[in-house]
Amino acid sequence: MSALLGLHRLSKSWFGVPAVTDMTLEIPAGICLGMIGENGAGKSTLMNMIGGVVAPTSGSMTWRGEPYDPKTPADAKASGIAFIHQELNLFTNLTVAENIFVDEFPRRLGLIDKRQMIGRTRALLDRLNLHAEPETPVGNLAPGERQLVEIAKALHREAALIIFDEPTTSLTARETDKLFETIRALRADGATIVYISHILGEVKALSDHLAVLRDGHLVDEGPIERFDIPAMINAMIGRELSAIYPARSSQPADEVVLEADGLSQAGVVEDICFKLHRGEILGIFGLMGSGRSELARMIFGVDPTGSGTLFMHDQPVTGDTRERIARGMAFVTENRREEGLMMDATISDNLSLVTIEDFGRPPVALIDRERLKARTEGVRDEVRIKAANIATQAARALSGGNQQKVVIGKWLLGAPQLFILDEPTRGVDVGAKHEIYTIIDKLAASGSAVLLISSELEELMGTCDRILVMAQGEITGAFAKDAFSEAAIIAAAFKEVAA
Amino acid sequence: MTGPLASNPVGRSFDPAALAARYSAVLILLLIIAGFAIAEPAFLSADTMGNTVKQASFIGIAAVGMVFVLLTAGIDLSVGSIMYLGPLLAGIAMRDMEVGVTGALLISVLAGAAMGAINAFFVVALRIIPFITTLATLFLFRGFGAYLTSSRQLDFPDEVRGFGLATVFGLPMPVIVFAIIVAAAYVILVHTPLGRQIYAFGNDAEGARKAGLPTARLQAFVYIASGMCASLAGFVLISQIGRLDTGFGEGREFSVIAAAVLGGASLFGGVGGAFSAVIGALTIQTVQAGLVYTGINLYLQPLLLGLVIFIAVLLDGLRQARLDDSRRRIIRPFVSTPASMSSPKSRTTKEPSP
Repeated sequence: MSALLGLHRLSKSWFGVPAVTDMTLEIPAGICLGMIGENGAGKSTLMNMIGGVVAPTSGSMTWRGEPYDPKTPADAKASGIAFIHQELNLFTNLTVAENIFVDEFPRRLGLIDKRQMIGRTRALLDRLNLHAEPETPVGNLAPGERQLVEIAKALHREAALIIFDEPTTSLTARETDKLFETIRALRADGATIVYISHILGEVKALSDHLAVLRDGHLVDEGPIERFDIPAMINAMIGRELSAIYPARSSQPADEVVLEADGLSQAGVVEDICFKLHRGEILGIFGLMGSGRSELARMIFGVDPTGSGTLFMHDQPVTGDTRERIARGMAFVTENRREEGLMMDATISDNLSLVTIEDFGRPPVALIDRERLKARTEGVRDEVRIKAANIATQAARALSGGNQQKVVIGKWLLGAPQLFILDEPTRGVDVGAKHEIYTIIDKLAASGSAVLLISSELEELMGTCDRILVMAQGEITGAFAKDAFSEAAIIAAAFKEVAA
Repeated sequence: MTGPLASNPVGRSFDPAALAARYSAVLILLLIIAGFAIAEPAFLSADTMGNTVKQASFIGIAAVGMVFVLLTAGIDLSVGSIMYLGPLLAGIAMRDMEVGVTGALLISVLAGAAMGAINAFFVVALRIIPFITTLATLFLFRGFGAYLTSSRQLDFPDEVRGFGLATVFGLPMPVIVFAIIVAAAYVILVHTPLGRQIYAFGNDAEGARKAGLPTARLQAFVYIASGMCASLAGFVLISQIGRLDTGFGEGREFSVIAAAVLGGASLFGGVGGAFSAVIGALTIQTVQAGLVYTGINLYLQPLLLGLVIFIAVLLDGLRQARLDDSRRRIIRPFVSTPASMSSPKSRTTKEPSP
């Protein structure tokens, strides 16, 4: 067996932070390679390098024995590599046939040769066993059918390597079965498959060979028979809890601040129930796409809630975000750059954004600059923002960690009772992480309830009093501090129910 | 797969609401005609209807070009000025260079294409958003015309009216031109790669780039097409009047955009077609003609016309909201299939007390 795709000491780092390190891997033709790893293990970066989306920092790749150095996604496509992402790249206003041929329509006398296009599409759809008319608009298809259209595109281009990235996330069980049949048939026809998934049972069932990534390294590799599911989980985790977490300086009280009773939203989350106490740090762990961020947005009133009730201090929470802020909620978004900060505004302006109305001075509510300055300076010292002059410096000029402190600081001004923190340490260096953990502990110690959402389990285990685990929009586990176990939490997150 | 389908804006089975939404533009037009016909039965006479169609051609021809632009989620505010400057250049050529009617028609269309190319240059090469670009050229083109004429009217030679008022098989010239333009647009949009790629670009510009479509060429094409159509529309109307006033076409961009949207083209891109221009232009003209015909207070007419346009834009907004809704990220399958594996029973939820 010769290697179809070879990776040789491939590395990529972002601004000096390694994402993929020294990866060497050979993918022989005709196999199905399963690939697993936690969030941030480097799977996406690796795929982006293979797909020509990002360039490697060092190392090289070979394709059919020749050097392979894609500059654009089109290069990868032309070489015969196709990607089927969780988020599909289809035009919903065009038909199935048009989507397959959109970059190169068959022509006759300058016009689209519809008969040929439809005939060839029908042949592709038959091969995939998809009973849809070539002239159906893609917008009318179910998610599973759309995915088959994406696969039909790959077949049409005669892709030799098809990479599936979390393809089953939005599929029903029946659609998933059908996808597996299709993947097996593709392999039987000689295609090579890379199958990336968080659902370990699927990977086990489909693959011949397994590659395990952790922290940017290929940590294990071998025939699938060598791995059972606990072995897969062990290979993915396996690191020491480091000492960057400050000890908790307070105990949660009995008073319930926030209670969710059966929150549901079709297609997003289902029957979410939990209680959050005064002074408690409650972690929510889940993999990408488990619904953790969506839940946070629902609690804060940014996204709609289908059914179920949310209580704050035993009073039902209704109304929009504005009202929820008034009742004492604060939300630190995972998209600091897009949603959390006005990058070109000064640090002071950012800090005062949420509470600016409180600084109005009667009779016409002109802003009381003196009082505002005193308060923003106070918050700046409280969260220790490292800036020369907060009144003139733009938020953009700060490091990631200090930007995050500004986002937390702007809520501190209003002294909220509930903090929802979504990935507060993403893109932040270790030193700043420690400071943010300290701030979180202080928030809880001063009586706020904290809902801490993170994809880094280690961080949650180091800072939380309790952890809820979400998978596919449901709560699949709840762990008190004395029951924290990395393996059990990961198992719940992967929905591999520990029997 | 009944479950996931339920989430789609348009089901595959017969769904009266979806069907009504799809043909809402035609329905609105028919309702308006019916309304005026009840108020004044003579409104349905062949004469009145024929006149309405003829008068709708002017806005309609320009609206065809606008549909192309709207399909890419762009906008062209300069069409009113192009309607003025295109025929003006043709008229000057007739006066000073003794160009014939055919030559003038050609010059007018080419001038429109050139003005469209200027818009395209700013939008595609300099990446200035279409709204700002065409707002600037709206003033530029009209300003250039004012400079050329010193704001005086321009009289066209008589043979121009011979063209404008001609009929072929009893059909007036504007209607013929309109029909040709609509037919050409239909073929381009439905039967050529260019047309289908314009739809793809309007649906998902980033996706179109990723799919390797010639996005710069697509975008440039729609502005050139819009310029050509606007200038042609201006020439067709001027050739009926024989005289070009300084204010000609002023404010017309709004009727043209309104016609395209009333006919079902979306301001958000990817939705609409050649017939959107026909339906929309007919709707606007029917409202105008009907209001005159039924003798409603003259000063109420702009208000009522505005109301019709407002409803069209409102419908477009609602449709887009629905579309956005259907594009939200789906985390878990919709559980309306009873056989689904993810039944709540299999959950391992336990909620320990802290």
